[in-house]
Amino acid sequence: MSLTKSYQEINEKIKKGRVVVVTAEEVISMVQDEGTEKVLEKVDIVTTGTFGAMCSSGAFLNFGHADPPLKMSKVWLNDVPAYAGLAAVDAYIGATELSEARGLEYGGAHVIEELISGEKIKLKAIGFRTDCYPRKEIETWVTLDDLNQAYLFNPRNVYQNYSVAVNSTARIYHTYMGTLLPNYGNATYSTSGELSPLLNDPEYRSIGIGTRLFLGGGTGYVAWEGTQHNPAQKRDENGLPLSGAGTLALIGDLREMNRKYLRAGVFHNYGTSLYLGVGIPIPLLDEEMVRRVSISNKELKTTVYDYGVQKRSKPALGMVSYADLRSGSIELKGKRIPTAPLSSLEKAREIARELKEWILAGRFYLTEPVAPLPFRDGVKPLREEV
Amino acid sequence: MAKKRVVLTFPPELTEIPLTYHLVKEFDLALNILKAKITPGEEGKLVLELSNGSLEKIEEGIEYLEKHGVKIQPLSKEIVLDEEECIKCGACTAVCNSNALRMNPDTANLVFDRDRCIVCELCVPACPMRIIKVMF
Repeated sequence: MSLTKSYQEINEKIKKGRVVVVTAEEVISMVQDEGTEKVLEKVDIVTTGTFGAMCSSGAFLNFGHADPPLKMSKVWLNDVPAYAGLAAVDAYIGATELSEARGLEYGGAHVIEELISGEKIKLKAIGFRTDCYPRKEIETWVTLDDLNQAYLFNPRNVYQNYSVAVNSTARIYHTYMGTLLPNYGNATYSTSGELSPLLNDPEYRSIGIGTRLFLGGGTGYVAWEGTQHNPAQKRDENGLPLSGAGTLALIGDLREMNRKYLRAGVFHNYGTSLYLGVGIPIPLLDEEMVRRVSISNKELKTTVYDYGVQKRSKPALGMVSYADLRSGSIELKGKRIPTAPLSSLEKAREIARELKEWILAGRFYLTEPVAPLPFRDGVKPLREEV
Repeated sequence: MAKKRVVLTFPPELTEIPLTYHLVKEFDLALNILKAKITPGEEGKLVLELSNGSLEKIEEGIEYLEKHGVKIQPLSKEIVLDEEECIKCGACTAVCNSNALRMNPDTANLVFDRDRCIVCELCVPACPMRIIKVMF
């Protein structure tokens, strides 16, 4: 009978200091040299990592009550509007919300980065007078330490695979996929490939609701399936999606995070986004899981789309592997096109290494999912009714 | 190999004379055109990298140009990247046609090769961290 391991057994090894952890890059050559059976015997956990722009991110904040109290119905943090249609002193600051004073160059992502850096943030709030909340406005300064709760709650992170962007038109395009030069002048992509969390567990066997993970330098959890979660995306013979597929909603305490793994970014003529580091441990429960984590950039493929076409469905122009993309150029339509990454492989590697160290030091234990991620549906477009 | 980068400003009447030809022929200079904006009848701009075995030859060539009424300024603008703050994403490499900013395919590290930079400035807005600046 072939070997299997349980979460309990692996956690027991962590406790006893006997756990063996390698990164999702390190495991590839191990499996090539020794085979899946040997690697399963030797290794318990594979760590993954990614560090890229994750627009669908934001934080819930609770400011505490002033005296006399105010029911905040509109809130601004450093002139960036935060959503306050919640109880009196709760608000949600979204990463892509833009400053009313500084426009495209400053947004919610910057507020979040400054909060975790311990900087003072200008809080402005207005409300309407009620018997329990007599005050109408407040303007003051807050730091992360002043807040009761402050946690990231990101509706969509760590896309499982993503498109490559090119531009067929004669003009330059400024997109969330970076600056796209005219006439297929470049191709951009955003992934950590063989280190990417959801590409190492393509059918969500170990990553599910409740999975503990590395988030922005602290500990976080999978809260739910991410928005636009699309496990039904076309897949190859290894079960790997050929373009954007699964996504995760993540949650974690801002107080544990640091700007080494959480940074605000700006896409020219587009707006702000949050660059976030996420690492997810994959337990090697059986040989099948070992096989999945051993898939390398050569075998991981994605689809090239024409971002010069300003439509919901952009034309797909071909398939490339992540090894091709990393090489510095791809071949498309008989032309050599230089490639450029948008997410940081260096940071992704740091995250996978740091998570490995946490586990080896007994600071981080695995969790079995409370419930699996759904495996159904596609993504519906928005129909317009007149 | 001696090297010098200069910005040449041509008055309108000079755009018709093959000055660069003389630089090659008489002063034995290798010319690398980094940037050019020349329209007959208008003031022209040319950013050149001049190289030769000796710095004297380069200086002689520059003197020759000045004698003909070309204004010469050293290429003093340069691109500065704040390495400490850089996340090494690679977004800047997407627009760098001179390959001064590129990813090392072996290490995934961002390389900034100042010698190749022609100060086209496309990387400045392409950097999502806003840490690439033009210095004068």
